[in-house]
Amino acid sequence: MSSYGSYRQLRLGPQRTGVSKALAKDSPLWRLDWILLLAALTLSLGSSLLVWSATRGRESLTHGDPQYFLYRHLTNLVVGLVLCAVVIAIGSRRFRTLVPFVYVAVIVLLMATLSPVGSTINGAHSWIQLGGGFSIQPAEFAKLGIVLAMAVVLSDQVDAGEREFPSHRAVFRGLVWACLPMGLVLLMPDAGSTMVMAAIVLGILLGSGAANRWVLGLLVAGTAGCIAIWKLGVLSKYQIDRFAAFANPQLDPSGVGYNTAQARIAIGSGGLTGKGLFHGTQTTGQFVPEQQTDFVFTVAGEELGFVGALAIILLVGVILWRACKIARQATDLYGTIVAAGIIAWFSFQAFENIGMCLGIMPVAGIPLPFVSYGGSSMFAVWIAIGLLQAVRSQRPIGA
Amino acid sequence: MSNIPETGRTRRVTIRLVVLQILVLSLLATLGGRLWYLQIRNASVYTAKATGNHIREVVEPAVRGEILDASGRILAGNETRLVVSVSRTSLLQQRDGGKAVLGRLAEVLGMPAKDVQEKVRLCDAKTPQPCWNGSPYQPIPVTKEATTQQAMQIMERREDFPGITAQPTAVRRYTGAEGANMAQVLGYLSPVTDDEVSKTADKTGLDRYLPADQIGRAGLESVYDRDLRGTAGITQLEVDNLGRVIGTAGTVAPQTGDNLVTSIDARVQKVVEDNLAQAMADARNTFDKVTNRNYEADSGAAVVMDVHTGRIVAMASAPTYDPNLWVGGISGKDYQALTSKDSNFPLLNRAIQGQSAPGSTFKVVSTTAAVQAGYSLDGTYACPKAMTIGGREFKNFESESFGAISLERALEVSCDTVFYGLAYDQWMKDGGIKPKKEPGDWFFKTAHQFGLGAKTGIDLPAEVTGRVPDRQWKQSFYDNNKDAWCKQAEKGGNSFSDQIARENCVDGYQMRAGDAVNYAIGQGDTLVTPVQMARIYSALANGGTFYRPTIAKAVISPSGQLVREIAPHEDGKFPGDQKLLSYIDQATAGVITSGTAAWKFAGAGWPQNKIELHAKTGTAEVEGKQTTSWLDTYSKDYAVVMTISQGGTGSGGSGDAVRRIYQALYGVDDKGNVDNGKALLPAPQAELPKFNPDGTAIIKPAGYSVADPSGLADPGVTGGSPRVFLDPAPPSAPQTLLTATDAALEPTRGAGRGRA
Repeated sequence: MSSYGSYRQLRLGPQRTGVSKALAKDSPLWRLDWILLLAALTLSLGSSLLVWSATRGRESLTHGDPQYFLYRHLTNLVVGLVLCAVVIAIGSRRFRTLVPFVYVAVIVLLMATLSPVGSTINGAHSWIQLGGGFSIQPAEFAKLGIVLAMAVVLSDQVDAGEREFPSHRAVFRGLVWACLPMGLVLLMPDAGSTMVMAAIVLGILLGSGAANRWVLGLLVAGTAGCIAIWKLGVLSKYQIDRFAAFANPQLDPSGVGYNTAQARIAIGSGGLTGKGLFHGTQTTGQFVPEQQTDFVFTVAGEELGFVGALAIILLVGVILWRACKIARQATDLYGTIVAAGIIAWFSFQAFENIGMCLGIMPVAGIPLPFVSYGGSSMFAVWIAIGLLQAVRSQRPIGA
Repeated sequence: MSNIPETGRTRRVTIRLVVLQILVLSLLATLGGRLWYLQIRNASVYTAKATGNHIREVVEPAVRGEILDASGRILAGNETRLVVSVSRTSLLQQRDGGKAVLGRLAEVLGMPAKDVQEKVRLCDAKTPQPCWNGSPYQPIPVTKEATTQQAMQIMERREDFPGITAQPTAVRRYTGAEGANMAQVLGYLSPVTDDEVSKTADKTGLDRYLPADQIGRAGLESVYDRDLRGTAGITQLEVDNLGRVIGTAGTVAPQTGDNLVTSIDARVQKVVEDNLAQAMADARNTFDKVTNRNYEADSGAAVVMDVHTGRIVAMASAPTYDPNLWVGGISGKDYQALTSKDSNFPLLNRAIQGQSAPGSTFKVVSTTAAVQAGYSLDGTYACPKAMTIGGREFKNFESESFGAISLERALEVSCDTVFYGLAYDQWMKDGGIKPKKEPGDWFFKTAHQFGLGAKTGIDLPAEVTGRVPDRQWKQSFYDNNKDAWCKQAEKGGNSFSDQIARENCVDGYQMRAGDAVNYAIGQGDTLVTPVQMARIYSALANGGTFYRPTIAKAVISPSGQLVREIAPHEDGKFPGDQKLLSYIDQATAGVITSGTAAWKFAGAGWPQNKIELHAKTGTAEVEGKQTTSWLDTYSKDYAVVMTISQGGTGSGGSGDAVRRIYQALYGVDDKGNVDNGKALLPAPQAELPKFNPDGTAIIKPAGYSVADPSGLADPGVTGGSPRVFLDPAPPSAPQTLLTATDAALEPTRGAGRGRA
C-alpha cells in the first residue's frame, strides 16, 4: 500500500529498501490511525468467537460443521481488511473522483435487489443470492453510497474555496441523492436500514456545517412523519405492537416479545463475569433467535458478562472517538463529512442494536458493526474504516 | 497539498462536531448504564429466569418408608414390581399419536387396547376415571404387574415400543400382616395432581410436590406423609429451546423415607376385625322384633386403646376393602365400587368418622354430671316404670320398675327413669322453658369436660366431632332450619314430621324438658364416635386422665435410628373426684357380673375374679332405623369399644365379640381358664421394636401362635350357647314419641337377675 499515495515523496527521497520504506517517518503506515485499526480489528476478531459460540450448536444452519460460521466470519473479515487496504491505497482524493461510479453501482444493485434477481429473507426483499452460499445485502453498501454522495455534493463548493458553508442548493441536492437509495431500501421494505440512513443524513448535515434550519427541519420532519404514521393508522395494531414489544413483551409474546425477553434473560444472567465462553445456557440452548447476527451482543452479555459486554461498548466507543478526531482533523470538508457520516452510521447502528438487546430500543434487523455475522455488513464497515484512514492519511506529516 | 486548506473546518463545523461527539458519548453511556442495570443490579432475577428456561427436572421417586406395628411387623411396605410406563410426550411425537404403539403394548401385556388407552389419557372435568391424574410429562404407569417375560419383550424390541419403558420399581404393598386388614387406618396413596405440583413449585424440600410423587391421601399415609415420603431424587436436564436434552446439570439421589412405628398390634387387630365381622354376621341372623326383620348390621367399628397412654392397639371399621386396590392407580370399576351409594362407603373409618347417639353408655357422663350438680352418691333415687315430663310419658325400658335405688344400681341396670328425674330436676332449676341468665347446665358442661362434641385429636385425618346438643347448638340448629320448618308447617299437613315442624317453627330453639331428659340417657340429638368413647372409658380405667388417642409411636430412620417419639399426651382430667371414679368402677364391674352385660361375660364364663372387666351397654335409637349397639368396656390395661349400626342391643350385638377380644388379649379360654402363654398382649407393648443396622425390625419370635380366628368367632364353642339368650324375643318397644328404650336390659332377664 505504500507504493500509491505517497510516490511524490518517494521521488524526492533517496532510494530505500521496502522495509525501511515502510518504517520511514514519512511512510503512509505512520499516517494510519493504528488505535482505530486495532480497535476495529479486536472487535472483529473477538466477535468471531461470539459468532462461533452462537452457531456451533445450530446444526440446521451449520450443515454439521460447528466451525462453519467461525471460518465464514473470519473470511468475511479478511475480505473486509483487503477492501479496507484497497480504499486506503486509492487515497481519499482519488476515491472522491470515483464516488459517482460507486453511487451508480449502489443504485444498480438496489434496483437489482428489488427486481426478481433479489430474494426475500425474513420478509424483506433485500438480498441478492450469488450462488455457492454467498449473498449480498446491497442496503449495507447503500449506506456508503449515501455518505460518499452527500460528502461530494455538500463539500464541492466549500472545498473549492467558493463558500464557507454548503449552499441551500447543495444541501437540497445532497438530500435528493440520499433520498433515492433510501426510497429503494424502504421499498424492500427494510425500515431498519432506512432509519440508519436517516441517521447518516442527519450526521452529515450536522458535520457539513449546513444551515441550522436544515438540521432542525429534518428533525421536525422526521418527528412529524412518525406522529403522522402513528395517528393516521398507516401501521396495523400488530405492527405497532411489534414495535412497542421491547417495552412490554406481552404485546407480542410469541414473536418480538419472546426475542426481547430471551435476550434480556441471556444478558442479565451473565452477571459480572459471565458464564464463560461456550457455557451460556441461553446460547447453547438456542433460546435467543438470530443470535449470530442481530442478537450477537447477547452472547457476549451471557458468556462474557458485564466485563465482556462493556468491552464491546468501549471498543465501539474507541472507534467513534478516533472517527471524531479524524473528522475534526480532516484537511477538507469532504473528509469531515465522510467521517461525520460514518460516525452517525456506526453510532446509530451500535446504539440501536445493543439497545435492542438490552431492551431499551425497539427490535429492528440492524447488525452490530464489526460484530454481527454477515459479509455485506462486514465489508461495508471495513470500507468505512478504509475511508476514515484515507481521510486521516491526507493530513500533513506530524499533524 | 498546497492548494487545499489546512483543514476543512470552520468554527460552526467544529462546534457541530463537538455536539456530535457528545451525542455519541451519551448514547454509549446510556448503553453502559443499562448494561449495569441488567447484569449487576438485576443479575439474580435473570439468572433465575435462565435456569427456569433451560432446566427440566426428571424426578425419581423415593422409596416410601414403612408403617410397622408395635412389634415391627410391616403393615405397609414396598415390593419391587416391573412397572411398564408410557411417556405421553413421546407418544404425541409419533405420527398417529402413539395408537399403534399402545396397540402393540396391549397385545404384549394381554390387556384390551381400550384399557391401555384409557389409562394414559389425562383426567379433566369431562374425562371419567380411569385416567391419569398426574403430570403429563411424567411417565404414566400402565401396569405394575408385568411379568419378566413381558418386560423383556418390550425392552428387546425398543424400536417397536418408542416411549415405553419397563423397569423394576418399588411400589406400595399393604401386607395384611397376621391377616390384619386395617385399610382405613393405613389409608392410601395417589399421585400428585398437576395443580398441586404447580402450587408448591416455589417451595423446597418436603413442602414441594414433585411430578412423580405419590401422596398419602387418607389414614396414616396422609398424616405422616412428610415422614414417610422421603426425598425424591432429581436429575436436572439441560434442554434447548425445543426441549431437546443437551446435558445434565446435576443429580440428587433419592432418599428413602422414614419408617413409622405404630401402637397397633397386627394380631390383636386381626382378632378385632374378625370379631367385628362375626358380630355383624351374627346380628344379620338375629330377628329384630321391633322392625320384624333381621338386623341389618350395615356398619360397625371397634377400638382397642391402651388406657395408660391413649395409644390405639387395634382399630377396625366395617365394611372394609382391600387397600391394595389403590396400588398402581385404582381402576375405574374399583373406585366406583368403593365410593358408590351401594358400597356403604368402606373408605370411611367409622371408628373416628362414624357417629351415633351413645345410648346408655352415656350414663357414666350423666352420673358424673349429677354428682357435680350436687346429688349424693349415697342417696337413693326413684326408678319408677315411667315418668310424665312436659305432658309426655317417658317409660323405662319394658316399663320395669326398681323402686328407690342408688346411682350405682341405676348404672348397673341402666334405669332410665332415675336419669330422667335428675335431668328434669336440673332443667327445672335452670329455669325450665325460660332459662336463667346463667344456667348450671351440668349435664352439658360435663359432656364437654369429657371431650364430647370435639375432636379427640387422634393422628388420623378427617375425624368428626360428634355433637353435644346444648343450648348453643339448639339455637344455631334452629337458625339454620327455621325457614324449612316453617315452610313445611305452612303447608298444614298432619303427619308426624309436619307436627314436629310446626312445633319447631315456633320455638325450636328452646331447650325443652323432653330434650333435657332424653339427652341424659344418651338419646336424641347426641352424637359420639367410638374413639371418643374409648378415650372416656380409658380415663375411667386409668384414674381419670384423658389421653389424646394416638396410633403412631415413633418415627425411625431407614437405618433404624430413632428420629422422634410420639409421646402420650394428656388432654384433660376426669371432672369428678376419686370417690366418684371408684364408684363408677364398681358400677361398671357390676354390669359385667350382674348388670346388662352379665349374660355375655360373667354368664359366659369370663373369669372376673382373675381379670376384672368393666362395661356399660348402650342401645341407641335412630329414627327410621334399627337400634345401634354400643358396648364400652375396660380392663386395667385396655378399653375396648364396639358399636354396630342397626346391630341390636349393646350386649346382644357386641357382647360376644368384645368378650372374645379380651379372651385373645389375656389368653382366656371359653371355660374361663387363663393361659398367659396364649395371651396375645397381656399388657400393652411399651417399648419400641429393635432394629437391625439395615433398618429392618427384629420381631420377637412369637412363643405363641395366632389364635385361630374362626374358632374364636364360633359361638357354638361356648358351653351354654349365648344364642339361647337371643331367642326370647323382646316385646316390641313402646312407640312413645321421643322415648328411649334400653333394650340391653331385656336379654339379661335370665342371667342378669340372678346376680352372682
